[in-house]
Amino acid sequence: MLAYIIRRVAQSVLVLLVVGLVAFSMFRFVGDPVDNMLGQERTQADIERLRVELGLDQPFPVQYGKFLGQAVQGNFGLSYRQGRPVADILLERAPATLELAAVSGLMAMIGGIGLGVFTAIRRRGLGANIVMTSSLVGVSLPTFLIGILLIYVFSVELNWLPSFGRGEVVRLGGWTTGFLTESGLKALILPSITLGLYQMTLIMRLVRTEMLEVLRQDYIRFARARGLRERSVNFRHALKNTMVPVITVTGLQLGSIIAFAIITETVFQWPGVGLLFINAIQFVDIPVMAAYLMLISVMFVAINLIVDLLYFAIDPRLRLDRGTGAKA
Amino acid sequence: MKITTGLATAALLASTSLSANAETLRWARAGDSLTLDPHAQNEGPTHTLAHQIYEPLIIRDMSGAFQAALATDWAPKEDDPTVWVFNLRQGVTYHDGAEFTAEDVVFSINRAKTDDSGMKELLGSIVEVRAVDDHTVEFVTDGPNPILPSNLTNLFMMDSGWAEANDTVKVQDVDGGETTYATTNTNGTGAFKLVSREPDVRTVLERNDDYWGMDEFPMEVSEIIYTPIQNAATRVAALLSGEVDFIQDVPVQDLQRVADSDGLVVKTAAQNRTIFFGMHLGPDDIENDNVEGENPLADIRVRRAMNMAIDRDAIKQVVMRGQSEPAGMIAPPFVNGWTEEMDSSVSTDVEAGKALMAEAGYEDGFSIQLDCPNDRYINDEAICQAAVGMLGQIGVTVNLDAKPKAQHFPLISSGGTDFYMLGWGVPTYDSEYVFNFLVHTRSDEIGTWNATGYSNAELDAKIASLASETDLDKRNATIADIWSTVQDDVLYLPIHHQVLNWGMTESVGTEVSPEDDPKMKFFTMN
Amino acid sequence: MSDSTAKQPEPVAPSRLRKVWESDFVYSFRHAPVAVVAASMVTLMVLSALFAPLIAPHNPFDPATLNLMNGFTPPMEPNAFTGEVFLLGTDDQGRDVFSTILYGMRISLFVGFAAVTLAMVLGVTLGLLAGYIGGWTETIIMRIADMQLTFPAILVAMLIFGIAKGITPPEYRNDMAIWVLILAIGLSDWVQFARVVRGATMVEKNREYVQAARLIGRRPVSIMVRHILPNVLNPVLVIATISLALAIIAEATLSFLGVGAPPTQPSLGTLIRIGQGFLFSGEWWILFFPACTLLVLALSVNLLGDWLRDALNPRLK
Repeated sequence: MLAYIIRRVAQSVLVLLVVGLVAFSMFRFVGDPVDNMLGQERTQADIERLRVELGLDQPFPVQYGKFLGQAVQGNFGLSYRQGRPVADILLERAPATLELAAVSGLMAMIGGIGLGVFTAIRRRGLGANIVMTSSLVGVSLPTFLIGILLIYVFSVELNWLPSFGRGEVVRLGGWTTGFLTESGLKALILPSITLGLYQMTLIMRLVRTEMLEVLRQDYIRFARARGLRERSVNFRHALKNTMVPVITVTGLQLGSIIAFAIITETVFQWPGVGLLFINAIQFVDIPVMAAYLMLISVMFVAINLIVDLLYFAIDPRLRLDRGTGAKA
Repeated sequence: MKITTGLATAALLASTSLSANAETLRWARAGDSLTLDPHAQNEGPTHTLAHQIYEPLIIRDMSGAFQAALATDWAPKEDDPTVWVFNLRQGVTYHDGAEFTAEDVVFSINRAKTDDSGMKELLGSIVEVRAVDDHTVEFVTDGPNPILPSNLTNLFMMDSGWAEANDTVKVQDVDGGETTYATTNTNGTGAFKLVSREPDVRTVLERNDDYWGMDEFPMEVSEIIYTPIQNAATRVAALLSGEVDFIQDVPVQDLQRVADSDGLVVKTAAQNRTIFFGMHLGPDDIENDNVEGENPLADIRVRRAMNMAIDRDAIKQVVMRGQSEPAGMIAPPFVNGWTEEMDSSVSTDVEAGKALMAEAGYEDGFSIQLDCPNDRYINDEAICQAAVGMLGQIGVTVNLDAKPKAQHFPLISSGGTDFYMLGWGVPTYDSEYVFNFLVHTRSDEIGTWNATGYSNAELDAKIASLASETDLDKRNATIADIWSTVQDDVLYLPIHHQVLNWGMTESVGTEVSPEDDPKMKFFTMN
Repeated sequence: MSDSTAKQPEPVAPSRLRKVWESDFVYSFRHAPVAVVAASMVTLMVLSALFAPLIAPHNPFDPATLNLMNGFTPPMEPNAFTGEVFLLGTDDQGRDVFSTILYGMRISLFVGFAAVTLAMVLGVTLGLLAGYIGGWTETIIMRIADMQLTFPAILVAMLIFGIAKGITPPEYRNDMAIWVLILAIGLSDWVQFARVVRGATMVEKNREYVQAARLIGRRPVSIMVRHILPNVLNPVLVIATISLALAIIAEATLSFLGVGAPPTQPSLGTLIRIGQGFLFSGEWWILFFPACTLLVLALSVNLLGDWLRDALNPRLK
C-alpha cells in the first residue's frame, strides 16, 4: 500500500513537470509580450533591450529551468502586466473564484441530488420527464450565451440583479468575502447559476442512474417487503448507497468548475483567477499564465490522486489485481 | 478577526434609488490603467487615470485645446529659439502637503527621460531642463522645437522629495517586471486623491479639497469609482441597469439602445485616430500571396485599384452605424497638415478598379492574407470582413486572419505581415508625428511602425527637416509636400477617422474629448 | 463487429441473436416518441447541412457576392437601401442568415463528428491497452490522461492554433482553423472514452470467458477486439452521442473566446459570438436563429443519447 502511494505520488510530480513544460512552451505561440508592453513610440532597440531584460533571449530550456526552480519556492515572478508578484495577485484573486466555485458547486450538488432522486422515483412521471428534458436545454446552450441571456433578463430588463462584479466585499484577514453583504450575495446569483447549471445536470443524471440501479437491488426490495415507509427506503437506504460515486464525480467536477470559471468570469467581470488568466492571455503575461496553469494542474492532479487512492482503498478487486501484478 | 468594510465599495452598491447621488461617479471602460507610475507607460487608459491624480504643465481640455495646468504661461525665449520658458503656478501643493516648485519639474522631466521611462521618445529633443527660480523653468532643446508644448500634455509632475523619500526616483521598469512604491502609491497635485486600488478590479479616488483649481473647474465629482469591464455586452448592461454612471467604449450597435433608455445619454465626438490598411509594397516578392516571383502590391495600379474598391461610405453606414468619418488620409481634421481635399480624395469605383487590375496584368486577380486585430479598434474585425468582400469584387481574394492585438502587433513590428490593419493617433496634433512613424524609411530609431517597406530618401530628408524648421509657413509647405507624395504613391489605404461615443446618465455633464481621456474635474453632476 | 461475426460459418445463432437484439432495440425506439422526434431532427439537420449548397439561396462563404448595404435587414422585410428581402434577415455583413446557418451547421456538424470520431478512436484504443495490459503501459496512458484533463480545451486549442499557424502556408490558413478545432476538441475529449473503456476492460479481463480465451492461446489483440471490445461498446456509444453535443457546444465556446472558425467562414458558434453583440440593439435575429439552431441540434443529440443510454442498459428494462 505504502509503495503504491509513493509510486503514485512520484508519478503525479512527473505529470506536473510535463504540464509545466507544455504550459511554458505554449506561450511562445500565444504572442509576443514585448511588443505589447512597449508603447506606440517604441524602437527596435527598445524591443531588443527588453528581450534581454526578460530573459527571452536565452535558450528555452534555460528559461524553463529558471521558471521551475522559482516555482518550487512559490515564486512565480512578477506579472508583466501589473508589476507585482504573481503569487500575491493569485492569492488576492483566489477568494472570488473559490467562493463562486463553492456556491455553484453547492447549488449543483443540492439541486442535482434533489432532482436526481425525484426523477428516479417518479421515473415515468410527467414531472420527471419535464425536468429531464428541460435540464437538457440547459446543457445544450453554450455557457457564455446562458450568462449573457441571464444578464439581459435579470439585470437589463428586470433590473433585479447586478450584471457584473462581486458587489460589496468584506475583508477577513487575507480573504475577501461577498457572503456577508446583501449586494455580495446578490452578485453571486447569476454567475453561480451560469457556472453550476452544467454540473447540476450532470449530478442529477448520475444520481438518477445510480438510484435506478440501487432501487432494483434485493436489499431495497426486502426493505420494501418489510413494510418500511417509502420515504425511508428512498432516502435512508437507496440514496445513501449512491453517494460514493456521486461524491467522486462531484470532486472531479469541482476542479473543472474552477477551470471553466474562465468563461463565466469573463462574461460577468468576476474578479477571480479565471478573468486574471484571460487578461493575461490578452497581454501575453507569461508569468501569470504559467502560474495559473500550474495551479490548476496541481489541483487536478491532487484530486485525481485522491480519487485513485480512494478507489484503491474501496475496491478489493483492484487491489488484488495490482498485488499480483497481473500482466498480459 | 478584523472586519473592515471597503470604504469605496459601499457606494457601488447604491441601489438604483440611490444612484441619483450626484457626487459619486461610477465609471467603467474596457481596460484598466497599467501602472500608477506616471512615467512608466505611454498608454491611453494609464494616462487617463493618471490625469485625475497627477498634472502636467499643460493639459488639453475636453475639446482638445491647450490649457494651463501647472504652468501658467509658456513661450520660446525671445533671443534664443532653442529655449522654451515656462512660468509655473504658485501656491500649488501635493496631496501630502509638499509645495510644487521648479525643482520638481526638473526632476520629473529628467526622470521621464531615463531608459526605463515610456515617455522618453517624446522628450528626445530636450537637452537640458533648468530651474531659473522657484517658479520659472527653461527647457533647452537640440534645435528650435516649435511643437515642444504638445509633447508635454501627458508628462506628469512628481514631487522630488516624495520620490526620494520613497525610493522611486527611478522609473518603474515595467518591462523588467519591476514594481516600486510609485506603482501602487501616488502623490500628485491633481484634483483627486487615490483611496484604494485593485488592478483590473476597482480603483477609488476622492476629491482633493485643497486643489488649486477648486474655484476654476466644476469639481462636482466628489468620488470616482473606476471599474474596468472587458466584455462589451456586460459593460453596456451595467450602464443600462444603472450600476455605473459613465462608460467609455459604447459599442456602436448599442448607441441607440443607450440613447433611448430613460435617464441615459450618448455623447459623440471625432476621435484623434485614423484606421487604415498597410501594404507591404517594398520588396520584389512577398510571402503571404499566391503570386510567385513578383509583388502585386508593388504595382501602384494595384494599390490604386484596391483603394477604389473599398466603399468607405458603406462601411460607415452599416458596420459603423454612421459612427465614423470616411478618410482619405491618415490624420484627422484637427491635425496640422490635414486638408479637406486630401481627406475626401478617394471615391469608390469598382469598374475602374477592375480596369486598373487588368492593366497591371492581374485581370484574374490574386490572393493575399489580411492580418487584422479583433480587440483593438471599434469593430476592427467587421471592417476587415467588409473589406474582404469589397476587394473580392475587383478580383483580390483576401484571406482574413483576425486575432487579438497581442498577436497582431508583433507581426507589424517584425515584418511578418504583407497586408494589415492599423490605427494611428496623433497626440501632438502635428503631421510630423505621422511621418516619423509611418512614412520615414524604417530603422531602429525612426519609421518604426512603417511596415510597408516603403523607402524614399528624398522624402526622408524632408521629414528630417521638419524637426528644426522654425519658419512655420515653410514648415507647413513641406508638410503639404510630403503628404502629396504619400497620397500619390498610395502608401496606405485609409478607411476612416474613428468617432468616440461615451454613454452616461443624464446627471453627468461632460464634453467628449478627442483623446478619449475624460478629466473628471471638468465633469458636472446634477 | 457484428459484420465479422456474421461472416463466420455458424449460420443460425448469431443472426437470430442479432434479429432479437435489433427488434428489441427498434421496438423501444418506436415506443419512445421523444427519441423518434430527436432522431428525425438530427437527420433533417444533417441532411440540410449536407445539401446546403442546393438549399441555400446565397453562398455566404463567397465574400465577393455580398453587398454590405444589405446588412441588418430584418426577417421578411425589404432592405432600406437595396429592397431585397431575406427569409431570416441578414447579419452585420449583409449575409443571408438562413444561408449562413445552413453553411454554419455544416461546419459545426463536421467539426463535431470528426472530433468525436478522433476522440473515440484514440480513447477506446488507449483505454483497451491500458486496461488489458496494465503495468507501465497503463501508468503512462492514464497519467497522460491526467495531464489532458488538466488542460482546459481552450488552452489546447490555442496551443495547436499557434503551432499550426506557424507551419501552414498562408493560402491554407483559413481552412486550417476547422482542422485545428477538430484536433483540439478531439484531443480534449478522449479521456472520457479511455477511462470508461479501461474500467470496463479491467473488470472484463478477469471474467472466465476471457481467462478461457487466454488459456486456449488467443493473441491479446484478438482477445481485446473480439471479446472485450463488444462488451464495452454500449457505454462508448452513449458517451459518443453525448460527446457530439458537447463538441458542438465546445466549438461555440472556443469561437466566443476567439479561437474558433473564422468569421468569413462561420460555424454556428461563430455566428452566435457575432450575434450576441447585437442582443441589446434590437437585431435579435442575428443571435436568435443561430442560437435556436444550435439549441435544437444539441438538444436532439442529447435526447437521443439519453434514450440510447437507457435503451442500451439492460438492467433498466
